[in-house]
Amino acid sequence: MKQKFDIITSTCVPLPLENVDTDQIIPARFLKATTREESFFGENLFRDWRYNPDGTVNKDFVLNDPTYSGEILVAGKNFGSGSSREHAAWAIAGYGFRVVISSFFADIHKNNELNNFVLPVVVSEGFLAELFDSIKKDPKTEVEVNLPNQTVTNKATGKSEKFEINGYKKYCLMNALDDIDFLLENKDKTEAWERKAKA
Amino acid sequence: MANTLFDKIWDSHVVQHVEDGPEQLYIDRLYCHEVTSPQAFEGMRARGIKCFRPANIFCMPDHNTPTHDQDKPIEDPVSKTQVDTLAKNAEEFGLNHFGMLHPKNGIIHVVGPERGLSLPGMTIVCGDSHTSTHGAMGAVAFGIGTSEVEMVMASQCILQQKPKSMRINIEGTLRKGVTAKDIALYLMSKLTTSGATGYFVEYAGSAVRNLSMEGRLTLCNLSIEMGARGGFIAPDETTFEYIKGREYAPKGEEWEKAVTYWKTLKSGDDAIFDKELTFKAEDIEPMVTYGTNPGMGMGITESIPALDTVPEAGKASYLKSLDYMGFKPGKKLLGTPVDYVFLGACTNGRIEDFRAFASIVKGKKKADRVTAWLVPGSWMVSEQIKEEGLDKILEEAGFEIRQPGCSACLAMNDDKIPAGKLAVSTSNRNFEGRQGPGARTVLASPLVAAAAAVTGEITDPRTLINFEC
Repeated sequence: MKQKFDIITSTCVPLPLENVDTDQIIPARFLKATTREESFFGENLFRDWRYNPDGTVNKDFVLNDPTYSGEILVAGKNFGSGSSREHAAWAIAGYGFRVVISSFFADIHKNNELNNFVLPVVVSEGFLAELFDSIKKDPKTEVEVNLPNQTVTNKATGKSEKFEINGYKKYCLMNALDDIDFLLENKDKTEAWERKAKA
Repeated sequence: MANTLFDKIWDSHVVQHVEDGPEQLYIDRLYCHEVTSPQAFEGMRARGIKCFRPANIFCMPDHNTPTHDQDKPIEDPVSKTQVDTLAKNAEEFGLNHFGMLHPKNGIIHVVGPERGLSLPGMTIVCGDSHTSTHGAMGAVAFGIGTSEVEMVMASQCILQQKPKSMRINIEGTLRKGVTAKDIALYLMSKLTTSGATGYFVEYAGSAVRNLSMEGRLTLCNLSIEMGARGGFIAPDETTFEYIKGREYAPKGEEWEKAVTYWKTLKSGDDAIFDKELTFKAEDIEPMVTYGTNPGMGMGITESIPALDTVPEAGKASYLKSLDYMGFKPGKKLLGTPVDYVFLGACTNGRIEDFRAFASIVKGKKKADRVTAWLVPGSWMVSEQIKEEGLDKILEEAGFEIRQPGCSACLAMNDDKIPAGKLAVSTSNRNFEGRQGPGARTVLASPLVAAAAAVTGEITDPRTLINFEC
């Protein structure tokens, strides 16, 4: 969903597992929708971890633990590996997350998050470990994600880091513009390229 | 200038560099299947626009298609709607469409190369991470999200940061019973599932050169499982021989012209890669996975790594993974009872994979405890199986050949491995629940799958007698 992104300060939901793949974020059987209803995908975010095989709620899973809430998901390294399904990003957005913090993201999923106005924030291993620790000690730990300044701050420890994002994408996020708007405006350049390629 | 083949193909497709941002990359071929395209078409309709270059877009259903009775309506109404939606969208937007039962239908990554639609030097995308498969043709091919599918529909372009380049050399001669699938599983076990993230991989070295096209397609298919955006192999005589005469391949004078150009598609002797790795082919044995990501693999005679070899931050994930699989650190998998065997998918659903499987089961019988699903990657593969008489060999051994589709690789159709059951699968992912909720997957080559199918347990295929590969 197109929405302007600026500064987000929120408590976090911790998921201290590595290699969380997109099949876990949204299992394949929920990919049959032909529309983009984020609420549907959001309801099925981490479906097989949230619910037991008999359909009852898995109380041990963090999304079912009322201690944790917020707009920021904090996950172990290599988040979003596997399938290219954008449904994973729709599920994350549909659940209400606006930021995912990890020390490492899989490429395709990272792009999918950005294209859905969810900000993937890459932090150092040390920052991530400390943040997990802060949240464990105090689930009300807040994190500030400042897109204009490209900083992420653990408010429990005061530790702050810069994060990378290219200037174009940052502009898009801050102004709720998407890549298709850009590409449509640049059709003349595409046609010029085609003429040159055929020559 | 780095002078890699990746640079040559990528740079020649750059329409423009976006200031302080990505590159606008021209795409030669867009493939669409039914799962990741409907929302892109929906977006196009909402914007009130048509596809910019409809002739360059090829659509076919593969994920939801049943592998039996395709002449009857799909039983699952939601699957049916998704497949029907693709047909309707393709018609509305004037795109090429190979529907179910169409002789050209099959898994999109099997059909593209076998029909001559994926060619050297091309840029190829699809809303599917295994689009890396087409890299075997000497193309830059990678998986994208649905928003990006919409970008290509709208403009035949995509905005993309140029990945870094990596060359992986496999030198030497593969040992008997070791296939392209084992090379890939070996690489993943060494590099982990994120070892090549951020990179585009060129596979090279004598063992790669000596692979058939089918083997190359398998190797490139699995690039994404090391995290790589894509993987490719410079085109050579093996490539040209494979493409020649295929339906959509250039013909006559165009063919000569194309081959002359394709011969220039190689990395320079002075090419500089951001990363370069070399492995010995002789070090690779038939591989199996023991965990819930494809990087958790080992030689079939080896033991599952002990817990103390796992870094601290990864221990929780490691234990969760082994707990799901019902395996223990330090144990071997040889002799583990197997319930299901799946031969197929965009990874191993080609004719050579069926030949390999048949070479093991010939003259033997399927083990009673095993349910086997043999699913050709396309109708063309299905026909080849019959032409070569492999169907007879397989049937005599107690196997049945199903109709083409993605099938149990991700279980979007009826082919779901039941909870708790152990499957030896030639597909690409052993994630939790991938082959059905609660299903446990061991990834392996068609030879290992065949050995499991006839013995009912995880078996080293090299120990079976009528071994030919």
